[in-house]
Amino acid sequence: MKPIKPIVLTALVVFAALIVYGIGHLPDRASPDAPPNTEESAVGTPNAAAYYIENAYTDADTPNMVTVTLADYRGFDTLGETTVIFAAGLACALILRSRRRE
Amino acid sequence: MPDLIAENYAYVATAALLVIGLYAILTKRNLLKKLIGLNIVQAAIILIWVAAATKRDATVPVLEFSEGGGHDAHSAVAAADYLNPLPHTLMLTAIVVGVATTGVAFALLISIYRRYGTLDEAEVLEKMRGGPR
Amino acid sequence: MREHYADRIVALSARLVTPFIQLFALYVIFHGHYSPGGGFQGGAMLAASFLLIRLSIGTDAAQLQFQRSWGTPGGSIGTLVFLGVGVVVLFFGANYLDYAGLPLGLPEPELRNLGILFVELGVAVAVTATLTAIYDDLVGEKPELHHAGLEEQATKTEEADQMAASPGEEPEARDGAVGA
Repeated sequence: MKPIKPIVLTALVVFAALIVYGIGHLPDRASPDAPPNTEESAVGTPNAAAYYIENAYTDADTPNMVTVTLADYRGFDTLGETTVIFAAGLACALILRSRRRE
Repeated sequence: MPDLIAENYAYVATAALLVIGLYAILTKRNLLKKLIGLNIVQAAIILIWVAAATKRDATVPVLEFSEGGGHDAHSAVAAADYLNPLPHTLMLTAIVVGVATTGVAFALLISIYRRYGTLDEAEVLEKMRGGPR
Repeated sequence: MREHYADRIVALSARLVTPFIQLFALYVIFHGHYSPGGGFQGGAMLAASFLLIRLSIGTDAAQLQFQRSWGTPGGSIGTLVFLGVGVVVLFFGANYLDYAGLPLGLPEPELRNLGILFVELGVAVAVTATLTAIYDDLVGEKPELHHAGLEEQATKTEEADQMAASPGEEPEARDGAVGA
């Protein structure tokens, strides 16, 4: 079932219309009451970003909060990303280098 | 409708990029053009995340200790003065991972070209199913 | 190595600009604590400086700067530095990747500062080596045959390889590589 251009275009226009309709219901992007920017989440637990901003300099003696979050508070995620980059380089080498032995 | 677009111009623009990338993936016959569409979709997703991470009257999440009005060295940091650092953190690694993944995709395209002699999707599928091995 | 210069002006400009790119990349890596930056960004810029020399002068001359064989080992060394910092801390009683357990005798915020620096250096080495290795694998040339006089022998060997790998294929079929 090959995708035909008019069907694909219609489906994408419907998709775009749904997205724009959904955008109209999103909270205001930059207000201090938007969910990423509050200090307490809707359930009552403290917001993780507020904790990171307030305690990054006293915990790690580093002015850049993004680096502290990347390497200290969320260090496991950075370890996973580094492994993904290394695996991508290894996969590229394995795909393209074995041809020379034929 | 026009005021919806004028208020949320960032989200609408990145949604337009997303739809353009999807169109390229679905419609183009050349495998390299599909890969470019994939990259456009990735750029749109990163921009959506970064666009959602703003705050009015707040500054970049880096403390400054300059004389002319930066952060005072011994007062507490107020969370309302700085942006949310989490989306920026996550998208930093996403960009570099995207570059590495595009490298692997190029390696696969080179292998396909060496094996079948063409990068056209229909011809590659035909040769995989029925052509001479 | 003269026959690989496409243009002498491009080669000279690349050689002039590359040390400054590398210096700025090292600045970005080490100043990840004080300004936007860090391991990923600085590693990508360092890889870009290596790729500039490879594109403008040729891979043979670029071996003086970053060898072809250092690519995948560099990536594994960077990942092992990251994993190693986490494992070293395990031996001194702390959780995995909890930099406060490093055995250096400093107060805790400064230990975390040093731990972040080690980890960012590991990430920078891994990203640089992997991006350069991806370029070398995609555009790599056979190293032994590309000296003066043996160019024709190199192309003939490649043609024979392609003919052998895809039997029954006419050479004209390779013109159909452009799709819609």
